Amino acid sequence: MPPPEVRRSIKRSAVSDQQRRRELALLRQTQQRSDSQNRARRLASSVFTLSSSSSSDLILPDKDILTRAADSEEHEAHLDESVAPARELNVVQASKLKGREARQWFARQLMLPEWMIDIPPKLDRDWYVFARPAGNRCFVVSSNGTTISRLRNGSVLHHFPSSLPNGSRTRDSSGPASSYCVLDCIFHEPDQTYYVIDMVCWRDYSLYDCTAEFRFFWLNSKLAESGACNSPSTYHRYRFSVVPIYDCNQAGLHAAYSTSMPYTKDGVLFFNKHAHYQTGNTPLALVWKDNYCSQYFLDTDSQGLVPTQQQVVLEMQEDGKLTTSDDPPVVFGSLEVDFIQKSEFRAGNLLRFAIKDESVRVVDGKLELGDLQFISKSNRARAFADSYSKVFFQYAARHSPLKIEDIAASILPNLPDDSPIVDVEMGS
Amino acid sequence: MEVTQILLNAQAVDATVRKHAEESLKQFQEQNLPAFLLSLSNELANNEKPVDSRKLAGLILKNALDAKEQLRKAELVQRWLSLDVTIKSQVKSCLLHTLSSPVPDARSTASQVIAKIAGIELPQKQWTELIASLLSNIHQLQSHVKQATLETLGYICEEVSPQVVDQDQVNKILTAVVQGMNASEGSTDVRVAATRALYNALGFAQTNFSNDMERDYIMRVVCEATLSPVEKIRQAAFECLVAISSTYYDKLASYMQDIFNITAKAVREDEEPVALQAIEFWSSICDEEIDILDEYGYSADSEVPCYYFIKQALPALVPMLLETLLKQEEDQDQDEGAWNLAMAGGTCLGLVTRTVGDDIVPLVMPFIQENITKPDWRQREAATYAFGSILEGPSSDKLIPVVDTALNFMLTALTEDPNNHVKDTTAWTLGRIFEFLHGSMLEVSVITHVNCQQILTVLLQSMKDVPNVAEKACGALYFLAQGYEDSSGSPLSPFFQEIIQSLLNVTHRDDAGESRLRTAAYETLNEVVRTSTDEIAPIVTQLLPVIMMELHKTLEGQKLSSDEREKQNELQGLLCGCLQVIIQKLGASETTKYGFMQYVDQIMELFLRVFACRNATVHEEAMLAIGALAYAVGGNFIKYMQGFYPYLEMGLQNFQEYQVCAITVGVVGDLCRALEDKILPICDGIMTQLLKNLSSSQLHRSVKPPIFSCLGDIALAIGENFEKYLIYAMPMLQSAAELSSHTVATDDEMLEYANQLRNGILEAYSGILQGFKNCPKSQLLMPYAPHILQFIDALYNEKDMDDVVMKTAVGVLGDLADTLGSHASTLMNQSVASKEFLEECLSSDDPSIKESAEWAKMAISRVVSL
Repeated sequence: MPPPEVRRSIKRSAVSDQQRRRELALLRQTQQRSDSQNRARRLASSVFTLSSSSSSDLILPDKDILTRAADSEEHEAHLDESVAPARELNVVQASKLKGREARQWFARQLMLPEWMIDIPPKLDRDWYVFARPAGNRCFVVSSNGTTISRLRNGSVLHHFPSSLPNGSRTRDSSGPASSYCVLDCIFHEPDQTYYVIDMVCWRDYSLYDCTAEFRFFWLNSKLAESGACNSPSTYHRYRFSVVPIYDCNQAGLHAAYSTSMPYTKDGVLFFNKHAHYQTGNTPLALVWKDNYCSQYFLDTDSQGLVPTQQQVVLEMQEDGKLTTSDDPPVVFGSLEVDFIQKSEFRAGNLLRFAIKDESVRVVDGKLELGDLQFISKSNRARAFADSYSKVFFQYAARHSPLKIEDIAASILPNLPDDSPIVDVEMGS
Repeated sequence: MEVTQILLNAQAVDATVRKHAEESLKQFQEQNLPAFLLSLSNELANNEKPVDSRKLAGLILKNALDAKEQLRKAELVQRWLSLDVTIKSQVKSCLLHTLSSPVPDARSTASQVIAKIAGIELPQKQWTELIASLLSNIHQLQSHVKQATLETLGYICEEVSPQVVDQDQVNKILTAVVQGMNASEGSTDVRVAATRALYNALGFAQTNFSNDMERDYIMRVVCEATLSPVEKIRQAAFECLVAISSTYYDKLASYMQDIFNITAKAVREDEEPVALQAIEFWSSICDEEIDILDEYGYSADSEVPCYYFIKQALPALVPMLLETLLKQEEDQDQDEGAWNLAMAGGTCLGLVTRTVGDDIVPLVMPFIQENITKPDWRQREAATYAFGSILEGPSSDKLIPVVDTALNFMLTALTEDPNNHVKDTTAWTLGRIFEFLHGSMLEVSVITHVNCQQILTVLLQSMKDVPNVAEKACGALYFLAQGYEDSSGSPLSPFFQEIIQSLLNVTHRDDAGESRLRTAAYETLNEVVRTSTDEIAPIVTQLLPVIMMELHKTLEGQKLSSDEREKQNELQGLLCGCLQVIIQKLGASETTKYGFMQYVDQIMELFLRVFACRNATVHEEAMLAIGALAYAVGGNFIKYMQGFYPYLEMGLQNFQEYQVCAITVGVVGDLCRALEDKILPICDGIMTQLLKNLSSSQLHRSVKPPIFSCLGDIALAIGENFEKYLIYAMPMLQSAAELSSHTVATDDEMLEYANQLRNGILEAYSGILQGFKNCPKSQLLMPYAPHILQFIDALYNEKDMDDVVMKTAVGVLGDLADTLGSHASTLMNQSVASKEFLEECLSSDDPSIKESAEWAKMAISRVVSL
């Protein structure tokens, strides 16, 4: 009969150091295997290059309002320099770019919704809707212990510490020091909050190739976890917040359009659930406004007044053609050669024109502007000409706007879950 | 020559005679196994033959039926089963006949052989009449037959699992055994055999223990046996109680008062072997309650409720245990294997403390205070030992005030107490204080910057004391250093140089071979290095050539005796271990790596020479260290590959020392990550060996999961070059996957292994998929994708994978999408389980599963086309 196993004395140590070395070695190998695996998984997904579309032959103005002072020594002569060096970069490399190059690179990273000029089919099934916060659209990158927000034109809005991954110089135990994230936001002045409307990269994982459905899911599960939604503190200067996103059914549309939000609204955004994040203009994200949900229904001039005639900003091409920012560009007119020479315009200049209503025609659903009256060179802060859909939307807004009722009517009626219950008198 | 003489010669003093006889036996066995077995069983059964030849005959028979090694065992079982029935029944009848032999050794040997055959045949539903025929022996008048029969029944219960024997037979066996234990049984030998048989039969008594009357009867007989005048019976009866305490913990409530009285009497009055078992009963109850209470930590509804026996017994149990502490043996601290009342009592007190926590402190403190300053060393030592025993379990709130007052006393005792035994226990107690009440995890630590220096001075001083005290002082320093892990500004840092020098001095002591002092000193050195802060890096860098020199010295001796060789081997192990820790420390940061790179050539040369000291095996510690070195050095390690490769291969072929094989497999992984695609030239060799290992049934099974993982490492390193191995690796993975997904795990250990295997297979898939990503050849993996998905589906449906497997499995879903794109998503749409599985993982509480699931979800959503 075997004696019961002799109990180990409390005075003898339980684990030998050799066993501990073995276990530590195993632990190290497991960790390193998982690191290699993660590196492989992130490979090719974290690197994204400039889209090879229209934007590459776009020439950007060199200055903008916010960095004018710092860049004042720059001259117009730099305008035509190639932007090639910034093409094949990923966001980490791009973060190291300075000044104009950085602005040029970042000016192309946002997905730009088209304006809603007609209602896409299956709105209720394939689309999300949400109220767009009023404010500046920005591209927010946290990396290397700091956070930088850049406006649509690529210029820096804020340089600040945040609780985003690697967004401040605090010890962040939750990720490697090299990690970064990229958000598509609107900075809302009144409450000094960045409203995140899309997530582009999170902790090194690129979400460019993910559907909006997934990106919103990710955004909602990840942002709060990071502490970025907390109130501002020393290492977190601005609060970030998500916006409520609805399925575009009757209830969702109603909520986005008429429910009050913690922020001032500036129109309504529609996102196709299946669309990837695409830089530049896309018809798979749409913006729509009316006077009820936006202070900026009709474009205003530099004095903030609605001009009597609709104005458009177009880009002058080499051959004098005046085009929109679309890919491919839509031609709305052209300038005479002697006028160009007299005015010293160069290809790529953004020019402001007024439209004569009576010369505008819609042919086969296409907008033609007819006579364009030159007003001035555009504000230097602008990076792009107007898009075709914007011009069309503004035109429609002045004549026969697309109304919320029209959009609602395109959606099959369905009872919202919280439809009021009608009281019934018993025995009556 | 007849078989008797050969069997006697095989036990001859003369080696040539012995060798010749062994050779003849081997030949006989190989030439005619049936005749060989028959002849041995006849020899064993023959009362005319000398006892020595009969015993050896039985032993050889036994070895022809069973082996430790799993595969060999399976072979022997098959060989026996395929023997001719008449031969087998002749052998069996000889064996049964031997049970009535007047020669005790012959009977006992036959008992064991019968049990081995029963172990093979009963599960096959053969030899069904065995138990009935044994039970008929019980009514024999001759007590020696009765004794042998009970012994045989006991061995059978040990060999076969309870499911094999039907309840009716179990009832009869238990009845026979318990009757045999009864005081009314006249023969002592029969009662001893019966009590020992019960010990083995307890596992069969589930049903009987659920029946109040039968349980009461068994318990009464066992308890009575603990009071038998025969020491062997008392000891065996207590062993039964210990076994009952773990198997039938939940059935004990109504017996605990009686059992306490019995054990208390035995602990205080009985012979040591009996008293030790009585203490063991309480230790075993502690084990049960610690497990149950641990379980409660995870879920409120544990299967077995805790009856808090220890808590209830506490007021009586603690004084009983404290008394044992005073029964020390003079030189127990010099003897590694010593086990006596005081040691068992202190160990039990430690377990009681872990069971009840805070409640123990007020019960033990008076004993400590009363004895700690007594002139008799036994009282001082017992008090200190009691103190050291109650440090794990109670809250730090409860202990810190006590320890704060005691600390200075302990430090003084360690330097000034005249008795080595007291100093030994004092140093050990200090180590326990540092282990449990000091560290960055605790809010309040008993160590401050002020007393740390004083503690250090005392410990370094004690390291010059006699070996057993010095060894405990090293142990205390180990935990002191460990407590500063992950904390900046360790107060040890200014004394680092001094600490290292003191430890090195210990390793050079002439008596460092005693009380495992040298080992303790190197272990402590390792921990000090491991936990050192960055500012110490220059000193660690200086330590490197010192240890290298030590290792170099071990290589100088030539023509060593086997004893010297063993010592050399052990010392090389310690030094390679130390180098491993230094390499890992210095290699971990870019700044320190630079200083250490200049030594890499020499380190590698030393390791290769350590390997060369042996003929056919590789040194495990050197292998471990090389893994760390390769990872630190990275791609440049390629220049050592030519010299190292033969040992790598040798390591992979070491099936006997499977730990070495496992470590070498891990090193292949390190090499993959260090060399990346530069590993390609040696991949053919490695892959051949790994695939060979996977298909071998001789290799210990624990090595197989890491080999699968290693396939993933290789694939990830060499990318699409893995193509040529696909046709070998994939079918192997596939069949292993099928096997592991449908394992019906009958116990936790088996399930754990199944999960390790699953994880290894999944890691292999993951590495292969990621390795082929972004290359045209990735389409080669398409044919395997359905199976991979089926595997994950099967795992999901089995519902028995652990968290690690879940994490890896859900990651593989992502890898499939990531590498195979929309092709994989089409397949995934057809798999219900993978969708549900992904959802389940996404809502997991385990952050690593969730993270993996999110990656998968992202990878999948990326390939879903518009």
